[in-house]
Amino acid sequence: MSTITIMMSVILVNNYVLSQFLGICPFLGVSKKLDAAAGMGFAVIFVMVLATAATWPIMQVLDTFKIGYLQTVVFILVIAALVQLVEMILKKFIPALHKSLGVYLPLITTNCAVLGVCISNIDSGYGYFTSLCNAAGAGIGFLLAMVLFAGVRGKLENEEGVPEAFKGVPLTLITAAMLSLGFMGFSGLFQ
Amino acid sequence: MLTPILIVVAIGFVCAAILTIASKVFYVPVDETFAKLRAELPGANCGACGYTGCDDYANAIAADHSLSCSLCPVGGADVAAALANVLGVEAGAADKQVAVVRCNGTKDAAKTIMEYRGVSTCTAAKQFFGGLSACPHGCIGLGDCAAACDFNAIQICDGVAVVNRDNCVGCGVCAKTCPNSVISIQSAKNLVVVQCNSKEKGAVARKACSNACIGCMKCAKACKFEAITVENNLASIDPDKCKNCGLCAKECPTGAINNMRVKKAPAKPAAPKAAPAAKAEAEAPKAEAKAEEKAEA
Repeated sequence: MSTITIMMSVILVNNYVLSQFLGICPFLGVSKKLDAAAGMGFAVIFVMVLATAATWPIMQVLDTFKIGYLQTVVFILVIAALVQLVEMILKKFIPALHKSLGVYLPLITTNCAVLGVCISNIDSGYGYFTSLCNAAGAGIGFLLAMVLFAGVRGKLENEEGVPEAFKGVPLTLITAAMLSLGFMGFSGLFQ
Repeated sequence: MLTPILIVVAIGFVCAAILTIASKVFYVPVDETFAKLRAELPGANCGACGYTGCDDYANAIAADHSLSCSLCPVGGADVAAALANVLGVEAGAADKQVAVVRCNGTKDAAKTIMEYRGVSTCTAAKQFFGGLSACPHGCIGLGDCAAACDFNAIQICDGVAVVNRDNCVGCGVCAKTCPNSVISIQSAKNLVVVQCNSKEKGAVARKACSNACIGCMKCAKACKFEAITVENNLASIDPDKCKNCGLCAKECPTGAINNMRVKKAPAKPAAPKAAPAAKAEAEAPKAEAKAEEKAEA
């Protein structure tokens, strides 16, 4: 399977949020405004690639000692430490980027989509480069879902004629469900 | 058995060591005020203050000290006080805003037109023929504001909402909640307020409530500072011009104007004669006290 196919498949068909239902919390929480949603999306791409880059070699270490069953614990540990480290470095050297991504970084630390992409890379038996591409694809898929969702929500927020009982959370959940249904249309696009 | 434990512990230690070193190497000096403010905030990062998380709110206050300290509903009054404390006394002194209930339609004063037994909220009562009171503009007295207040600063006494100025932070939630818009947010410096919201003509207003403003203009004539105007049969005091002298309150035939500097006495009905003494002693803000003497002379 070529790298491009893997990326396209994880963006559209197996979208982490809309098809695999990972990382729903920021999807619902940070999608009120378009720019915040985009910021969160970029931060997720960044962290996913970085986490994969760190966890893939660690998995090889775990495998040599035959303790693959510890991957969940070790991955969480490493990802949390990594995100903290990245936040510090950003704060020191690129304050502008820290300002736009900084708020979201701690939120992503324990995001299950990040952990999910690391584990699925191992489970699918991808090589190092393929894993990184898969992670980038997953992040882009997340960004796509966030931006689409935030756009729809922003539009609905100002819409008059929404029944009082549906305003707020109910409408948000319905929107998310419809977006998810829409992405189901992609299934079968890639083998 | 031991190897996996050792490996996980080792990874943990390596991560901890890297983070510790990094926190020293990549240390960025933060504003001291910000750090102190952040320490006082609850850290729930709920965003209810309108900022993205406690960090952002602390940052905003640190950058702009005139910002309200009482935006955090999680921390409530305690956190608001702590934040003000960090910023120094000036935060509290800087023109404190409080809620003012513009109605004095107590149970004795305001007539009721029905015995309301519906849902016990002002909003519900208001939708039921405009509420139980004969005055459609006044305080309904079922306590929507008291329930909405996060700071325990408002209570229903004798059928009317009463603000405890010590607790009130001027957040304005009660003003938004009140279905009759009886509550307004004003500077705490203004101690003389018109406690009526009725825009009916004098006779109508008087019929509904014996404490109503009847638009007689006596107060406007009595005021030496031209602070009072009567519009739509309702007196209003210009907060900038008012010197808290209380002449208008003395002139008012219905008692619709309340001078809070002497009001201490009716709160404790035991000693009505002690009122003048209490007036002189009680809180007498310096500049305003002088203005009062001038006015009375």
